[in-house]
Amino acid sequence: MKEDTIAGIATALSNSGISIIRISGHNSIDIVNRIFKCSKYDNLSKSESNYLNYGFIIDEDNNIIDEVLVSVMRAPKSYTMEDVVEINCHGGILVTKKILDLVVKYGARIAEPGEFTKRAFLNGRIDLSQAESVMDVINADNDYSLKAGIRNLRGDIKNKIIKVRDELIYEIAFIESALDDPEHISLEGLQNRLSEEINGEIHVLDSLIASYDNGKIVKNGINTVIVGKPNAGKSSFLNMLMGHDRAIVTDIAGTTRDALEESVLVEGINLNIVDTAGVRDTDDIIEKMGVDKTLNYIDDADLILYVVDSSVELDENDRKIVSYLDSKKVIVLYNKTDLKAITKEDDIKTIFADSINVSNITIIPLSVKDNKGMEEFAKCIYDMFSLGKISSNNESMITSLRQKNNVEDALSSLKLVIDGINNGMPEDMLTIDMTNAYASLGKVIGEEIDDDLVNEIFSKFCMGK
Amino acid sequence: MKSKIREKVDICVIGAGHAGCEAALASARLGLETVIFTVSVDSIALMPCNPNVGGSSKGHLVREVDALGGEMGKNIDKTFIQSKMLNSSKGPAVHSLRAQADKADYSREMRKVLENQEHLIIKQAEVTELLTVEDIEHLDEFNEVMPYEKTNDNPVIGGVKIFTGAVYECKAVVLCTGTYLKARCLCGEAISYTGPNGLKAANYLSDSLKNLGIELRRFKTGTPARMDGRTIDYSKMQEQFGDEYITPFSFSTDPDSVQIDQISCYLTYTNEETHKIIRDNLDRSPIYAGVIEGTGPRYCPSIEDKVVRFADKDRHQVFIEPEGLHTNEMYIGGMSSSLPEDVQLAMYRTVPGLENCRIVKNAYAIEYDCIDANQLLPSLQFKKIAGLFSGGQFNGSSGYEEAAAQGLIAGINAARYVSNKEAIIIDRSQGYIGVLIDDLVTKESHEPYRMMTSRAEYRLLLRQDNADIRLRRIGYDIGLITDEELNHLNEKEDLIKKEIERFKSTIVGANDRINSFLEKYNTTPLKSGCSLSDLLCRPELNYSCLSEIDDERPSLSHEVCEQVEIEIKYEGYISRQIKQVEQFKKMESKKIPADIDYNDVNSLRKEARQKLIDLRPVNIGQASRISGVSPADISVLLVYMEHKGK
Repeated sequence: MKEDTIAGIATALSNSGISIIRISGHNSIDIVNRIFKCSKYDNLSKSESNYLNYGFIIDEDNNIIDEVLVSVMRAPKSYTMEDVVEINCHGGILVTKKILDLVVKYGARIAEPGEFTKRAFLNGRIDLSQAESVMDVINADNDYSLKAGIRNLRGDIKNKIIKVRDELIYEIAFIESALDDPEHISLEGLQNRLSEEINGEIHVLDSLIASYDNGKIVKNGINTVIVGKPNAGKSSFLNMLMGHDRAIVTDIAGTTRDALEESVLVEGINLNIVDTAGVRDTDDIIEKMGVDKTLNYIDDADLILYVVDSSVELDENDRKIVSYLDSKKVIVLYNKTDLKAITKEDDIKTIFADSINVSNITIIPLSVKDNKGMEEFAKCIYDMFSLGKISSNNESMITSLRQKNNVEDALSSLKLVIDGINNGMPEDMLTIDMTNAYASLGKVIGEEIDDDLVNEIFSKFCMGK
Repeated sequence: MKSKIREKVDICVIGAGHAGCEAALASARLGLETVIFTVSVDSIALMPCNPNVGGSSKGHLVREVDALGGEMGKNIDKTFIQSKMLNSSKGPAVHSLRAQADKADYSREMRKVLENQEHLIIKQAEVTELLTVEDIEHLDEFNEVMPYEKTNDNPVIGGVKIFTGAVYECKAVVLCTGTYLKARCLCGEAISYTGPNGLKAANYLSDSLKNLGIELRRFKTGTPARMDGRTIDYSKMQEQFGDEYITPFSFSTDPDSVQIDQISCYLTYTNEETHKIIRDNLDRSPIYAGVIEGTGPRYCPSIEDKVVRFADKDRHQVFIEPEGLHTNEMYIGGMSSSLPEDVQLAMYRTVPGLENCRIVKNAYAIEYDCIDANQLLPSLQFKKIAGLFSGGQFNGSSGYEEAAAQGLIAGINAARYVSNKEAIIIDRSQGYIGVLIDDLVTKESHEPYRMMTSRAEYRLLLRQDNADIRLRRIGYDIGLITDEELNHLNEKEDLIKKEIERFKSTIVGANDRINSFLEKYNTTPLKSGCSLSDLLCRPELNYSCLSEIDDERPSLSHEVCEQVEIEIKYEGYISRQIKQVEQFKKMESKKIPADIDYNDVNSLRKEARQKLIDLRPVNIGQASRISGVSPADISVLLVYMEHKGK
């Protein structure tokens, strides 16, 4: 498969110290040779592989564009397994773009997003699950996410899954060998051992699935909804959050939501906050937005921030709001502590206990006016979402929905095995579900052919264009 | 007379064992002029080893052969003397039918069928040479091939030559040579160059096959001694009876016609003394002494193998089975051996009941030429020789049933090849036959291949009881199943469907009668009404006992009731297995282009590339089953094909 030659900027495009322009394809050496002058070689094709060559990038009028280091990595010993040339130039958006323009002028094509990885994958440099992780790395927009992607490459999840698979295949083989040689191999006592083992495996898979929620948070951020009565201080809290020195504000371009969504970085994790500020200037915000819509937001949310004005009494509206917060992660922001408290923290606890039977609600005293409570809020987020755990190195995380679905399939198969044991099903029936679990887990780690994954990767890589 | 005989037929079948008989019958029944060669017409459908047909997973094969229109099931139904459904205490997937045969009867009945088959000629002769179409064009009047320059194309089969020099021109050949090619029998130090049971070996054909580019290898198998029944003390053994209700093998046999009086088999055990004798004399065993070059079957081990391999077991089962009604020879199942005669006698005499036994025929091991079936397409045609098919032990399998199954498929496909029809391929989700053939042509095998339950991934669907439902229509389309047989199946399926519907729609109430019935069977009483099928799903209940509360039950045959029970009781498992099959079919349906250049698929691992080049799998599914081809390689291949397709 001879492909055309592609070029792209391999580093983030900013005014940083150094930028790298990567060119891959069978014309890459030839193309760069035409814009690169160095004293050592008259032709770049004479360069040794994997050496840095010092020289200059010149344009068609022989003007020096930049002082650079150029390396040649010849096929197949390169990231894409094609001839790759990398130009290390001095940062600067203008210079970098100018060099890229030159490369394109001499016959390269601007790479599509992920196209270097796509080539690495198509040329067999990386396998499917690695490709999937690389896509995660590419798409990572924060530090935790990047780490998770890299960990997947390193195979932490793989080892856990391999262990479960090994146990399963041993038992499947044992049952089958007993079917074939009942004279010498007895299944007596197997069901007890099996049910113990399978329960252990169920536990492992449960924790892997739980890690997906962390993984999702790492990748996509925490979906957060702010609720509260008018004038409780919701928007001023949000402003404070955005103005906080550790926060960065980015607008997420309009989706179909009527409410504005903003993304704020807290403790290194994105809080994607649905700010209902624009639609709540009424006595009954829930009425205004429509109960359904509010419920939808709350349903999708990983976290609810419930802002309470401590200087006024709790009323029916508060009860109504609380009634919707059943089984959600909630932080009550006990606001306006700079004023005289009419509503006590205990009053809030009571309403949660009475309304939805929650006794350990998290309450953070806050004063937007005095800019107090932010540290506590950040710490609370950190604890509540176990961010400490996420960043620690030995916690494996599942970050792709595909992996999670496969683990979930495996889990339900294992539960069917337990059902089968409890219903006194013959062992050879149990192997059907054990085999399914084995196969589903195999898909997670690429040990089982998963053409869905091939399709997914293809669509991610925009194949066929 | 100067010139030699030259005849013209459509198909030549070489060998008249279990594979050869099925191949020849299938081809003749499909209307093709067929000749079947055997070194001795008295050895047609000979059972040189165990006196039974079927057994775990092999019983499945026989029923499948029958469903497709083969003869083995019908023939054993005519000649069995005891029948048993094995594993009946386990799940339905592993139930398997086994019948003791009257060996002489079995052989005689099969010969009769062959002799009365239209379009079929039996010829007692040793085939010495395969001839290509080019060879045939260059024959002189003495049937000698004159020197000529061969083309580089893959050879096309044109005929066979027999020992006398006569030539049979034909369009296809089916090799079913069993264990006869360059056969050598070993009984300790005593070695004879004969085929099974002292029959003549075939010593010429191997060289002809090699000349055609076929790679041969050597396998071995063995058989235990036959005893004089008068010298056995059965009182020291457990008597093994046949089933009360006998299930026939053939779906065309009326079950009422096979409810016969049965003879018994006997069970006894080896002991430490037996094992000591074996261990002390291992150096005299040709296998352990290295005299045997062939590889034996791990799953049908000799008693020496068992003693060595299961060193911790203090006893092994020994089955004493009659060889027939008109002989007092008894087969000593479980104690095949190639130890010398004196050791054999001493060893057998340690077994309770055999203390005074006399050996009629010694146990022996047999070595023979066969092929690695990876040289074959799934149709059982040689990849590199058009018109040449093979089946049975020659393909590296072991067992009568495995042989019959391959013989049938090879015969059908040889006939279809001659008639320019597409080959019939039973896949792994359709039958044990599919598993057997796919394993043989795809997987690496270093020993005689024996069918086993564990080899079938979809065994819950591939039950012995539904082989007709799975395969009869295919047999009908091929042309080996009659309208009457098909109608019988349609009626049966109709009854099953109706009864399942009735079971699902019949609601029983939570009344005293029902609850006292449930209590009787130790299962929870009802609080509200439920369907009969809900009750049938309870592990404590079955179709038969539910008749006590099922007043509307129609009178149905045993076969129909069985299907209803299994379909309802294991519905969830069956539907999950069907899902597995769908996944499997997805991979099978991804055809690999015949002209694919694996060297162009950049990132295949070296080993995988070589395996794929050697084996040239027909689809992704088959490719994925080749040992040495990993899922990652398959992904690469899928990506390549996807990429190329665009």
